[in-house]
Amino acid sequence: MPFGNTHNNFKLNYKVEEEFPDLSKHNNHMAKVLTKEIYGKLRDKQTPSGYTLDDVIQTGVDNPGHPFIMTVGCVAGDEESYEVFKDLLDPVISDRHGGYKPTDKHKTDLNFENLKGGDDLDPNYVLSSRVRTGRSIKGYTLPPHNSRGERRAIEKLAVEALTSLDGEFKGKYYPLKSMTDAEQEQLISDHFLFDKPVSPLLTCAGMARDWPDGRGIWHNDNKTFLVWVNEEDHLRVISMQKGGNMREVFRRFCVGLQKIEEIFKKHNHGFMWNEHLGYILTCPSNLGTGLRGGVHVKLPKLSTHPKFEEILTRLRLQKRGTGGVDTASVGGVFDISNADRLGSSEVEQVQLVVDGVKLMVEMEKKLEKGEAIDGMIPAQK
Amino acid sequence: MASSFTRILSSKRNVGILSLVGGSVAAGFLLHREHVTAGEPLRRRYPASAEYPDLRKHNNCMASNLTPAIYAKLCDKATPNGYTLDQAIQTGVDNPGHPFIKTVGLVAGDEESYEVFADLLDPVIKERHNGYDPRVMKHPTDLNATKIQSGVFDERYVLSSRVRTGRSIRGLSLPPACTRAERREVERVVVDALSGLKGDLAGKYYSLTLMTEQEQQQLIDDHFLFDKPVSPLLTCAGMARDWPDARGIWHNNEKTFLIWINEEDHTRVISMEKGGNMKRVFERFCRGLKEVERLIQERGWEFMWNERLGYILTCPSNLGTGLRAGVHVKLPRLGKDPRFSKILDNLRLQKRGTGGVDTAAVGGVFDISNLDRLGQSEVQLVQTVIDGVNYLIECEKRLEKGQDIKVPAPLKQFK
Repeated sequence: MPFGNTHNNFKLNYKVEEEFPDLSKHNNHMAKVLTKEIYGKLRDKQTPSGYTLDDVIQTGVDNPGHPFIMTVGCVAGDEESYEVFKDLLDPVISDRHGGYKPTDKHKTDLNFENLKGGDDLDPNYVLSSRVRTGRSIKGYTLPPHNSRGERRAIEKLAVEALTSLDGEFKGKYYPLKSMTDAEQEQLISDHFLFDKPVSPLLTCAGMARDWPDGRGIWHNDNKTFLVWVNEEDHLRVISMQKGGNMREVFRRFCVGLQKIEEIFKKHNHGFMWNEHLGYILTCPSNLGTGLRGGVHVKLPKLSTHPKFEEILTRLRLQKRGTGGVDTASVGGVFDISNADRLGSSEVEQVQLVVDGVKLMVEMEKKLEKGEAIDGMIPAQK
Repeated sequence: MASSFTRILSSKRNVGILSLVGGSVAAGFLLHREHVTAGEPLRRRYPASAEYPDLRKHNNCMASNLTPAIYAKLCDKATPNGYTLDQAIQTGVDNPGHPFIKTVGLVAGDEESYEVFADLLDPVIKERHNGYDPRVMKHPTDLNATKIQSGVFDERYVLSSRVRTGRSIRGLSLPPACTRAERREVERVVVDALSGLKGDLAGKYYSLTLMTEQEQQQLIDDHFLFDKPVSPLLTCAGMARDWPDARGIWHNNEKTFLIWINEEDHTRVISMEKGGNMKRVFERFCRGLKEVERLIQERGWEFMWNERLGYILTCPSNLGTGLRAGVHVKLPRLGKDPRFSKILDNLRLQKRGTGGVDTAAVGGVFDISNLDRLGQSEVQLVQTVIDGVNYLIECEKRLEKGQDIKVPAPLKQFK
């Protein structure tokens, strides 16, 4: 229930033209899709929990975007948002996810044994491996919309589920609001601690309300499996380790996720999922697998090759700096991960990362020897 | 639907008659303290105890006064427009405050918020306004500038004089809650009225969305341009939504009367000039306000006002007069005197640096203004500033001559 979007019926006293946002300077997916007709058709609708069209689009109205970066500009407040506002969200999803149609089906495959290879990435080049995704708990509204009572209930359920894990997944929960200074220091050094969101893309969607109430971090004793509770999504699940054994990272990812899901199902609160959109998350960009599998890899020569961008595109990969999104790479080290989320499975996406990174490391080695790589450039995957 | 629309329609008819009789105070009779119909009760999945915010690390007026019992009583209520308690307190929940600075921690989404959530707002108002009890006291409004005495300062000390306040348009929701259409309506109503100003008040409107680069630069150079709010106290209350839609600045050609539209309040009205002629600044302030009020009444609108809270604004700290009258004054010696703070306190004045709130004084120049807003009239508050600043200048002169100064007796708060 973000501020300002009060009882929706009150707004209906005004005409569509009077309420329609001024999107003339905007460059985001929402602004490109939202017409007065669509606005007029959807504005008197609400999801069962009371989320409205204006709630969905507020972040996109407040953040016009950038000429070069296309943000999504809309969020879901609950599972039903994707149904009730499909006239807006289906075209946004199609634009964002390479033409994905309302009739398309998304494949989920969390069987790590289906991954080929991935355990032999050269650790002289691949410094670390990581897979992350998000999960939403069925029956609760999402971070832009949930109340304090709801967020606390999500936290309680998540903590119950996570603290019942054992073996390699045995771990501990650190709630943000009662963390000690020592615990906070440790979590920062481990690069685990998340901060209150400062990006207006998130704050304008109401996701930082009541911070730090109901938020926290859980990680296993080995520090290789980590869950964020109530940050941008109900749960963000991360598996990571140093070196190039992506296969092991993905195994732990899949096994851990499935264990957690079983526990939630026992409490009659499984994960939000459907066969069209896959896993339901707050931002439409994270639908499908919600998965970003990536490595930090040293590619000083390849990264300066004129065909680097084209190679990445053909491999269906994207690059980021080692500080994450929109940072510069330091010392020729790049964060390379899958570009797709929706329309292909987890195994398929991680396979692309594993095969693509392996190829790029071989290219780097060739370039080191002064040899050409033109023959190695792949076809579009 | 018992909404504010029916009230506007009936009040517009009445205003036509009352404006003939004249006087801005007459408009206040239109919203007497009737029973305000609450909106539909909210759908709640969790009991109030599960929703009650964690305020243990908080230090603001809302947190000091919101008991679990008050929360439970009010959390299912909504104003006729649908504004809720959770929305009103969100800014205070999100901004715990500072051990030394006590912020208010809540806002009103509309005029009715002050009624529907009175169980919380009345004690907050009492705490913030030094004991003013809205349940039993009445707030005096007086915009008769002829009553001001000795309002021209020694310009060897006073560099500039300024008076500001805010006004809300009755019938339209306030910045935390307003829809885009309502905000645009505020802009339309006010700009239309301002175009009727004549003489030394005649001026021009600059919409934030349509402003040219040149106009923007000029407004920055004149120190008129306001930016999108960045303070989380404001953004967490939802006041920056849809920026810069329907926001703008109007000022007269002489650049001495300025109005901000749809920033923190529907309107912020500022009268200012270089030098020490506070009387003239206040005279123009009153004249301008009354003219604007007459012009909106002609069109069937009025300002939000009632006799227990005075002028209704978004933040409870600005109720009453919403007035801050101040000067930039050179007090290099007094500023270093250990008795300075006590003198200011007793004179019911506050100091700020010349960059505004929370800045340091540069070159011994201080921004001195009234502390109080509610419980005293505009004339009383401006007179307090005038008398107080004159006293400060006297102290400075005495210190220049090596003479001693006295801490004055404390002024009574509510006259």
